[in-house]
Amino acid sequence: MQFGIFGVGDVARDPVSGRTPTEHSRIRAIVEYAKLAEDVGLDVFALGEHHNPPFVPSSPTTLLGYIAARTERILLSTSTTLITTNDPVKIAEDYATLQHLAGGRVDLMMGRGNTGPVYPWFGKDIRDGIALAVENYALLRRLWREDVVDWEGKFRTPLQGFTATPRPLDGVPPFVWHASIRSPEIAEQAAYYGDGFFHNNLFWPKDHVRRLVELYRNRFEHYGHGAADEGIVGLAAHLFIRPNSQDAVREFRPYFAHSLYGGGPSLEETMAQTAVIAGSPQEVVERVLTYRDHAAGDYQRQLFVVDGIGVPHKTVLEQIELLGEVVPVLREEFAKDRPAQVPDAPVHPRLGAADEERATSEEGRR
Amino acid sequence: MKRSLAVVSAGLRLPSSTRMLADRLAEAARRELEGQGAQVDVDAVEVAEHGQDLVGHLTTGYPSDGLRRAFETVTRADGLIAVTPTFTASYSGLFKMFFDCIEDTALVGKPVLIAATGGTGRHSLVLEHALRPMFAYLRAVVVPTAVFAATEEWGSGGSEEPLVRRIGRAAGELAVEVGRRESPEVPDPYSDPVPFERLLDGG
Repeated sequence: MQFGIFGVGDVARDPVSGRTPTEHSRIRAIVEYAKLAEDVGLDVFALGEHHNPPFVPSSPTTLLGYIAARTERILLSTSTTLITTNDPVKIAEDYATLQHLAGGRVDLMMGRGNTGPVYPWFGKDIRDGIALAVENYALLRRLWREDVVDWEGKFRTPLQGFTATPRPLDGVPPFVWHASIRSPEIAEQAAYYGDGFFHNNLFWPKDHVRRLVELYRNRFEHYGHGAADEGIVGLAAHLFIRPNSQDAVREFRPYFAHSLYGGGPSLEETMAQTAVIAGSPQEVVERVLTYRDHAAGDYQRQLFVVDGIGVPHKTVLEQIELLGEVVPVLREEFAKDRPAQVPDAPVHPRLGAADEERATSEEGRR
Repeated sequence: MKRSLAVVSAGLRLPSSTRMLADRLAEAARRELEGQGAQVDVDAVEVAEHGQDLVGHLTTGYPSDGLRRAFETVTRADGLIAVTPTFTASYSGLFKMFFDCIEDTALVGKPVLIAATGGTGRHSLVLEHALRPMFAYLRAVVVPTAVFAATEEWGSGGSEEPLVRRIGRAAGELAVEVGRRESPEVPDPYSDPVPFERLLDGG
């Protein structure tokens, strides 16, 4: 099972200190988080894409390319790549290039984006959101799998004799996850292709999450990619860890209240219903282990949000350090009773070999 | 044949004249439908009971279990009776929030009887300038007679009183519209998704 952190790179005022970081310091901080995530033993670092304030990551492959150069082992992913408003040709080129530079450590998570005006800014119509996700991804797949593509669709200029360069590293396209909170069409898309399905369950309660993941699993089996419990599922959580539970809740409360979470259900209700956790390491372990319920079984990837909503830089670094202590426990607990047929999330073949080496050497150390 | 009526009432006081009007309309509509030979289920939704959950829904994007059940009651009903108090020349904010949060296709083609309460009859056009356009936007079939009950009308008796006659006429119109339709089909997109081949072909 893979564990990691993800973020969307929002620049937010710290409601406690009143300070707002600059875009520059935020960008530098994101690089530092990725580096530290690798150092404390996490598996994945994922970065979002937005094209409006208060977010800084409008150019994710630039940031991830730099991070790739500063890290050696950690998987680099997106949370999410806008499959609706980006030209699939550019996604094919950018991420194939990044994959060469990162030596196979890249996968992508497709999303539709959540701010209305982004669509018209990029010449699209939000009412076409699902149709864009379907058509653009179908083209992206062909660009990575066929050397020469003739193509005509509804949303972009036709292509005659087009070759997306560079070709994917070793001829293997990056693995793709499809992320959605509520759309059965996206679960259906992920299942159709046998791709991964990621549910950002920090915004939705368990029963809703489970229904959508179950749909994905059933349709994964329907389309002949394997049994339902062999689907590739990822979940999220928003974390605020302190050694002591009360401290975690007390310190997190002002950030919660002044963020996108504020104004609705209380912190306590939100924690009870969704994947927002402010607590001690032990509580984090207990809560995350219950997410097998949300995922309708054992799953492959658990990503945590630890930065954003104004949480100061030093605190975020502490969160990543604490997560580094929690994850080995989670690894061990999740490994117990995990059915043998449940696969790991696919990685590039170059990493598969490295993983085995690492597992063998860890085995040797024990 | 079984028919169902959902009664959404946005009164705030106890006892509530809005609820009183809603009950009168529901009873009259039940009698009319029973006259058609139908067995009638009436399900009441008190919007005020979901007040906190409606705010929660607006901020989180998902309904609480209780609110989800209320939405299902309305979505599956053969006919809807919707009653609001008049607040500041319009429906109450709470009443509007309920219809802001329900799926925007929940009322398509559904017969709806609109009604409102207010201090005096001078507010009665709230039904025509606020409620009817909102339900038209939701593509509901709003019956021609809308019922407004001013406070003073609760003090007048007899079956020939204008309020009583309007209740009877509106309930009759609702029953006719319900009678000419099949019960709504509510597909479950989670158990019955659109096959991907169809999405690839453009939906």
